[in-house]
Amino acid sequence: MKKCNTRTRVMIYIGFASVYLLGIFFWGLFMPESGYDVNYADKLLPPGSGHLFGTDFMGRDMLMRSVKGISVSLLTAALAAGISSVIALAFGVTAAVFGGRLDSFVNWCVDLFMGIPHLVLLILISFMLGRGAKGVTAAVAFTHWPELTRVVRAEVISVRSSQYVRAAYKMGKSRFSVAWGHVIPHVLPVYLVGVILLFPHAVMHEASITFLGFGLPAEEPAIGVILSESMKYIAMGKWWLMLFPGLMLLLAVMLFDIIGENLKRLWNPDSGNE
Amino acid sequence: MQDKSSEGLAAGNISFRYGKSADWILRGINLTVKPGERVGLIGPSGCGKSTLARIIAGYERPLEGEVLLNGSPLPKKGYCPVQMIYQHPEQAVNPRWKMEKILCEAWTPDAELLKDMGIEREWLKRWPAELSGGELQRFLIARVLGPQTRFLVCDEISTMLDVITQAQVWEILLKAAERQELGMLVVTHNMALAKRVCTRIVSLPEINGAEYR
Amino acid sequence: MGNKIVQEKENVPVLSVEELSVSFNMYQKGLRRENLEVLHKLSLSIHAGEILAVAGASGSGKSILAHAVLGILPGNASTRGRMLYKGQPLTEKEKRRLRGREIAFIPQSVDYLDPLMRVGRQVMGVRGTKERQRELFGKYGLEEGTEKKFPSMLSGGMARRVLIASALMEEASLIVADEPTPGLSKELAEETLQNFRELADAGCAVILITHDIDLAFRAADKIAVFYAGTIVEIAPAKDFRAGKEALRHPYSRAFLEALPQNEFRPLKGFQPYAGKLPKGCLFAERCSERSGMCMGEIPMRKVRGAEVRCVHAR
Repeated sequence: MKKCNTRTRVMIYIGFASVYLLGIFFWGLFMPESGYDVNYADKLLPPGSGHLFGTDFMGRDMLMRSVKGISVSLLTAALAAGISSVIALAFGVTAAVFGGRLDSFVNWCVDLFMGIPHLVLLILISFMLGRGAKGVTAAVAFTHWPELTRVVRAEVISVRSSQYVRAAYKMGKSRFSVAWGHVIPHVLPVYLVGVILLFPHAVMHEASITFLGFGLPAEEPAIGVILSESMKYIAMGKWWLMLFPGLMLLLAVMLFDIIGENLKRLWNPDSGNE
Repeated sequence: MQDKSSEGLAAGNISFRYGKSADWILRGINLTVKPGERVGLIGPSGCGKSTLARIIAGYERPLEGEVLLNGSPLPKKGYCPVQMIYQHPEQAVNPRWKMEKILCEAWTPDAELLKDMGIEREWLKRWPAELSGGELQRFLIARVLGPQTRFLVCDEISTMLDVITQAQVWEILLKAAERQELGMLVVTHNMALAKRVCTRIVSLPEINGAEYR
Repeated sequence: MGNKIVQEKENVPVLSVEELSVSFNMYQKGLRRENLEVLHKLSLSIHAGEILAVAGASGSGKSILAHAVLGILPGNASTRGRMLYKGQPLTEKEKRRLRGREIAFIPQSVDYLDPLMRVGRQVMGVRGTKERQRELFGKYGLEEGTEKKFPSMLSGGMARRVLIASALMEEASLIVADEPTPGLSKELAEETLQNFRELADAGCAVILITHDIDLAFRAADKIAVFYAGTIVEIAPAKDFRAGKEALRHPYSRAFLEALPQNEFRPLKGFQPYAGKLPKGCLFAERCSERSGMCMGEIPMRKVRGAEVRCVHAR
């Protein structure tokens, strides 16, 4: 039996997942509001040829709403990944390079943030900033750095204490050339995977606090809003309102996970041949 | 004019321990390696041979005492004339670099040297994981044979190699040491090997003031 | 009658490997992959009470044999041939069941230990007892308090003894030790080998994987010399002790010549790579006795009471 080449398979996974996610993102981003206009004539239609995912109580097309919702979540997640990853990089590298008190301080911050249940922290921050789009975005963006900080710190410490880095200094290499030649190529792949694995967390968290009512306002076509509305209709047998948006959210989260895990395999020099 | 007596790599009154309340590993060690001399450092496992080697190569700072090269401390910046070769060559190379880049990190050895070292052209295009320990060790030796190197600290460099490869590696190294008049500190637990490659043999427990348990 | 059965049972090797080949599926450039055979039709057997040393350069396939026996080859490996454990087929499922119980593995370095767990706890494992751990630590000269240390706090020699102790928590009948001696002083290395001798005398079969032929021929009963994934000679250790003339394969002889206490003369050239193996005898390139006969298939044959893979051996 001919086994499929793992590296090719990894690339295909990554390719498909990226195309799907980017597709949803841009489709939602540039979607005119008319895509999910209110149309009372067609309210609560089950899935069919006209409306693939059915319509809701205001006759809005559920496919379009879901796409827009996921897209909004992805935008929040991108902001979160952007901000949190920068914090993590700055904190992690500082802690590893300077050590001592700075290291203790960074570890203390990490422990503090990780000590509070994440959802509680999100709600607190969102609430403090007056809920709404601003609150949820800030909450998601500023709470996703601690794990990644730990990873970055550990990786930088491990590469800096490695024999080949110490030998490089002995061979007269400057700090800059060691950083450029040894440290960055070692830390960057791990860091990028970490950033990508931030996305599913951020997407889920944005959806969760919106669902709980601490996030995006009800008029926004967010996935959390859609899901919380659909709760009211589930007892009436309008299953499609919940099922399709839920599946789309799940799929988006899983695809990010797939990209992250596969990139990890691709970049790890040890597992390269498996 | 340099004082002839300070010529060489000298460890003066070195003491070392890990942590403030730990037992001393090294106490009051004095050891000098003259240019062209090959000093074998022998002793049982755990007696501090490797620690002393690392201190002399400038990888670890002694708690007391100092390491002097021709009368002055080892340079903190720039190429260090005292270079080290290790027991586990695979740890001393960046797994993400190809062999050619690893070899030429400090200087560019010419084709003749590579031939002498038994480094095959084709190996330069490989990743470290694709070479055996003996082959990697050749690269690590060639890497530190730059013109500025005066002393080599060899920490059990052939312990992980089979005896044929061991003999090959030492043949290469001795030839290079002769040519460049290098001084060498050879850490090994193998007395027969020390007798073969060294001009003088020092037993660490005999010069170590710390009690080895 | 009963006696005869017992005797026959004793004659069954603890482990026998028949025509074992192992190949790896490796990436070449980009996405292309290739099948590399790293062990070629290897056969050997080991009885209770015996120490078999497997000697050879790195890359000769010694560790791969060990990993194949233990069933811990990486996912891209495939094997052909068969293995019998006490006469029964040693399947992957059997390996999993026996590993850590009847088949013990002594790894190369403390890297195999959990760096965050105290060694005493670790040596005990899942099924061990505190008493047995104390007993073993006492036996191997690990002082009081060692059990409270973390692996990184052990010196090379202590680490090795901890690894041996952890392999012996349960009564094993087959012990596979991967390079147990490098980095140890002569005294410690001898002591370690003495430990193996005692285990063998107590009825274990010990496979000792080593590149240090010097130690191997003092401790082992039989030595299998590996070269580029084949066994070139399996001979009693006493032949190695007797000197070059008693050996049959030119590579085994080169081993003795390269010892620092002997001529310290290196054999020229390198072991060929898997995937770039020459036709016929794998050693021919480096051999002074090479002739036209070396180009064909070289079978293992009996010469002077031992097995050798060389057409010139007499």
